[in-house]
Amino acid sequence: MRDRYRRRLFVNRFNLVMSLATMAFGMIFLFWILFILFRDGVSALSATLFTEMTPPPGSAGGLANAIFGSVAIVGVATVVSTPIGILAGIYLAEFGKTGWLAKVTRFINDILLSAPSIIIGLFVYTIYVMQVGHFSGWAGSAALGLIAIPVVVRTTENMLALVPSSLREAAVALGAPMWKVILMVTLRAVRGGVITGVLLAVARISGETAPLLFTALNNQFWSADMNGPMANLPVVIFQFAMSPFEDWKTLAWAGALLITLAVLLLNILARTVFRQSAVR
Amino acid sequence: MSASLADSTFPLPVEEDEPKRAERGPGPPSASGAAARWQDALFEHTTRFFAVFVLVMLLGIILALAYAAIPAMQAFGPAFFVTNVWNPVTKQFGALAPIYGTLVTSAIALLIGVPVSFGIALFLTEMCPVVLKRPLGTAVELLAAIPSIIYGMWGLFVFAPFFADYIQPLLTKIFGNIWLIGPLFQGAPNGIGILSAGIILSVMVIPFISSVMRDVFEIVPPVLKESAYGIGCTTWEVVWNVVLPYTKVGVIGGIMLGLGRALGETMAVTFVIGNAYRISRSLYEPGNSIASALANEFNEAADPVHRASLIALGLVLFVLTLIVLAASRYLIARLARGEGAKT
Repeated sequence: MRDRYRRRLFVNRFNLVMSLATMAFGMIFLFWILFILFRDGVSALSATLFTEMTPPPGSAGGLANAIFGSVAIVGVATVVSTPIGILAGIYLAEFGKTGWLAKVTRFINDILLSAPSIIIGLFVYTIYVMQVGHFSGWAGSAALGLIAIPVVVRTTENMLALVPSSLREAAVALGAPMWKVILMVTLRAVRGGVITGVLLAVARISGETAPLLFTALNNQFWSADMNGPMANLPVVIFQFAMSPFEDWKTLAWAGALLITLAVLLLNILARTVFRQSAVR
Repeated sequence: MSASLADSTFPLPVEEDEPKRAERGPGPPSASGAAARWQDALFEHTTRFFAVFVLVMLLGIILALAYAAIPAMQAFGPAFFVTNVWNPVTKQFGALAPIYGTLVTSAIALLIGVPVSFGIALFLTEMCPVVLKRPLGTAVELLAAIPSIIYGMWGLFVFAPFFADYIQPLLTKIFGNIWLIGPLFQGAPNGIGILSAGIILSVMVIPFISSVMRDVFEIVPPVLKESAYGIGCTTWEVVWNVVLPYTKVGVIGGIMLGLGRALGETMAVTFVIGNAYRISRSLYEPGNSIASALANEFNEAADPVHRASLIALGLVLFVLTLIVLAASRYLIARLARGEGAKT
């Protein structure tokens, strides 16, 4: 009897310690990666990073064209995908209480949320790049936009579902048409949450590499032409990190640090925006 | 219903007969009613259009990839999926090695990732002091925020050498001579290969699996846990015998979600898997996954059949993840629906 009691206590303690160990396991990897990133990234930072172009092998240079390209591609993707995502989210939350369409769309959207990004790149390649015959910044934006849409749809719908019906009913009772009620009352009430969704989507797509490989490709020079191949940070990092040249590898670490900082910053920003809006 | 109220409160300029009002339905009782109705219809149709857009996206991806993969199917037929050959020079392509690599790396990722995620979820829901809950939860989620390519660089430059120097010799010593699984852990420890890719993948899926597990653990009614504690169960017994059975479906859904992520993960795997079209007995040997094959070769594939073969690989990957993710969503939704209804 006593033995059995002891055994149960021991099993409990052992498993709880193991649980603590798994937490430590996760944290070790997080800090290990961040430590290496900062150690190698900070030493590679320099002012020329933002002023000079990506260099040919074996010489120094910067990442100016890649930074510009990334901002442009992600910017266009965000501007296009945000309204699409919000409108689809509105349909699911406000008009999709009944009927099969909303049900199926919701399910598909959740699947697309986790679909492999490389497949989205392949898709844009087959329907756009293959047809026009050249890589382009537009194609990159299209691929990233398609990845961002499900994220915006999901958060918009979740946020709108939080709005109490009494708010809608009050607005309808005042004689406002539905579209005004939705755009000016319900959507405005959850503004913070929707912005959070957009920020998370931007964070998600700014680190994406795989879909850009087949769409925007890369460009060694400064290019503001969205209709041609464009340099962008993730693909430059990939190419430079895999290369045998020390200069390139250093630049890759600098780029990696920049991109991670941007993504982490966006994540933190999204959380604070959301927390503020939740308090209100 | 509200018509009578409105009529008595606001004297309307024109008396309407009842059927006409009913026909018009709710809305402002003015001339702008028609415009408002028209705008409402337009708005609803616009939002519906974009909802359909999301739906069509999925069908579009499948159809576009299937169409682009036709040349490969014409050249090799169904044998494409079970042939282990990949030779751009002789233009012979078969998908077996990348499919094998994808499945094996994902299996390793789950083998490590699931217990660790369970431990983390257990820690965060049952053991963690309240003040630490938020920062630690956020820290685990940050693992998912780090871009895949950063995992790749870290994996190639830092983890792989460390793994080759310390972990691989150790694993060979422990498992190398055991019957059946021994050969898996034999070979030259060079840090790059299927096993390294699987381990890095496991770290990447932990945040996804553990966050689902956390969410479903939180929905267990406190009454259930308290009654178990009340009859003298230890924390572990409560989790293992009450929480886990209650949330079983959701937990499996979370694992499937992690699997879906692991199957399609590209950049991290591309850096460390070694990119060799080979099926080896040892997990130390380099291999290839579907995603890494695409990332590495697609832009260099000039030959149409080579390109179509890669697209066919992509289609296989997409269908595979679709099935896994659909199952995951179904299971998670089922738990959410059955919440509280179960005994």
